[in-house]
Amino acid sequence: MAKAFAKPICLSDQETHYCPGCTHGVIHRLVAEAIDDLEIAGRTVGIAPVGCAVICYNYFTFDFQEAAHGRAPAMATGIKRVRPDLIVFTYQGDGDLASIGMGEIVHAANRGEKFTTVFVNNAVYGMTGGQMAPTTMPNQKTTTSPFGRNVEEVGMPIRVAELLASLATPAYITRQTVLSPKHILKAKKAIRQAFQYQVDNRCFSFVEVVSTCPTNWGMTPADAIQWAEKTMLPYYPLGDLKTPESVEEA
Amino acid sequence: MSKVLMKGNEAIGEAAIRAGCLNYFAYPITPQSEVAEYLSRRMTEVGGVFLQGESEVAVSYMIFGAAACGERVFTTSSSPGISLMSEGISYICGAECPAVFVNIMRGGPGLGGILPSQADYLQATKGIGHGDCRMLVMAPASVQEAVEMVMQAFPLAEKYRNPVMILGDGLIGQMMEPVSFRDDLKVPPTNKDDWATSGMDTRKSTKRNLVKSLYLDPEVLNAHNLKLKAKYDRMRQEEVRYETYNTGGDYRVLIVSYGTMSRVCRSAVDALKARNVETAMVRPQVLFPFPEQAVFDAAAKSSCTHVLSVEMSMGQMVEDIQRSVQGRRPVHWYGKCGGEVPTPEEVMEAVEALLQS
Repeated sequence: MAKAFAKPICLSDQETHYCPGCTHGVIHRLVAEAIDDLEIAGRTVGIAPVGCAVICYNYFTFDFQEAAHGRAPAMATGIKRVRPDLIVFTYQGDGDLASIGMGEIVHAANRGEKFTTVFVNNAVYGMTGGQMAPTTMPNQKTTTSPFGRNVEEVGMPIRVAELLASLATPAYITRQTVLSPKHILKAKKAIRQAFQYQVDNRCFSFVEVVSTCPTNWGMTPADAIQWAEKTMLPYYPLGDLKTPESVEEA
Repeated sequence: MSKVLMKGNEAIGEAAIRAGCLNYFAYPITPQSEVAEYLSRRMTEVGGVFLQGESEVAVSYMIFGAAACGERVFTTSSSPGISLMSEGISYICGAECPAVFVNIMRGGPGLGGILPSQADYLQATKGIGHGDCRMLVMAPASVQEAVEMVMQAFPLAEKYRNPVMILGDGLIGQMMEPVSFRDDLKVPPTNKDDWATSGMDTRKSTKRNLVKSLYLDPEVLNAHNLKLKAKYDRMRQEEVRYETYNTGGDYRVLIVSYGTMSRVCRSAVDALKARNVETAMVRPQVLFPFPEQAVFDAAAKSSCTHVLSVEMSMGQMVEDIQRSVQGRRPVHWYGKCGGEVPTPEEVMEAVEALLQS
């Protein structure tokens, strides 16, 4: 009987360190499927962030570098500039990318660096234990906003995809989620498209993935999905914000 | 060999190209921005990579990313910029990647000034980043020596899989001097297939490479740090480099000085000799590892009563000299750190004041 479904070739057999209900595993798989599909593992270098995904290289079988907090886009720039033949992606969380690494991602995107960023937005710092992130929702309780995010004091959550899409340099900027199978299929297509743009040497490509963090949200995985659908998706709308084609047409 | 008249900063940029390094990332800062200006044109001519990053922080990680792929890469900056790069330097040390950092020092602390200084001695030799990290620190005293050290820095970085720093004061960058580029200093890069993330296809290997600095297991991290320590100890054995001046005969004062300051001290030694005041000098060419034995030997001479550290910083080298002299002689300091280079006369006065004290 033909095998209809298998583990991607470039995913390892490593046991997961992620919490029950965490969506990182799904997103890792989507990245691995895209790399398998495009047959690029032999020329791919991934860059791990600081945060829950700091040891994400344990789950992939190709070359990897480990960045400092927020600096992955600068490292990816260094690699792509000296080895444009390599396929490079950064995998970053919202504390890493939207807070300490905001400068690096904005400038890399604006230079049109031809690498891919997978940005996992779960509205909280995970690894350090659930502190407030730039993406934390208004009134959302975290360990450093115990009374809920007070937007009078710390402002509104940052919509990174919209911010990057406002840059004039051509890019592929999209927001997806993995909250349901239907969403996962769309996210898979977007991540593959992002790598395809890189393979074609077209542009910087950025996929934000709205995700959950049941542990730090203090919810069951099922409740976390519901909360994300109800609270995050209205504020972080899904879909393509920019494609290189849309820039060319304009 | 033909010589050309070049400004230090431009010569440093050219030296890297001659050493086979065609990758440069940088952020402008006085007094070394001419390196970036020069290389923005030259790298295009030679088919290399030039990129002006958005900050020194970002640049240090562009260096890290490129170095981790096994490519020769370097940057140049000046004191405040090096502070920003120190985060990346620590990661590069931890991840064991070769790279070259040039610091054309200006006065500090904070914004300080833009004139020549040697005020980053301790930062470069003792505290270049968090954690147990060290860099080999080379200190040129002329544009020619800067060129040679830049060319030597790349193979040294590869020998140790560790960043190397060229620590020059602002004068080294701003001064014009005749230089020649020695072809014999161009050393082919080492094979990095066993560790660099160059892409598995490039290495024709199914084994992936991982460049990282995180070791959560305390025993593993300790072992990693012992491995790094062994490299720094090996540098202490193999990379000590210094020059002595007038140490042949008897002298009462031993001067220890490096970089541009040592050239002034050399003039002072000569002028004092004419006044029948015998002095000698040890000039460290490499600051880490420090030439402890050479300084000890020169200070231990029976005629020598005082050791004087002459620096364009506030006595930052004194502790290294004291450590080397091991209490046998008093170690004094003379220097300025506002951007002015002390004159030979001022150094002579400092020596004579010492002898009258």
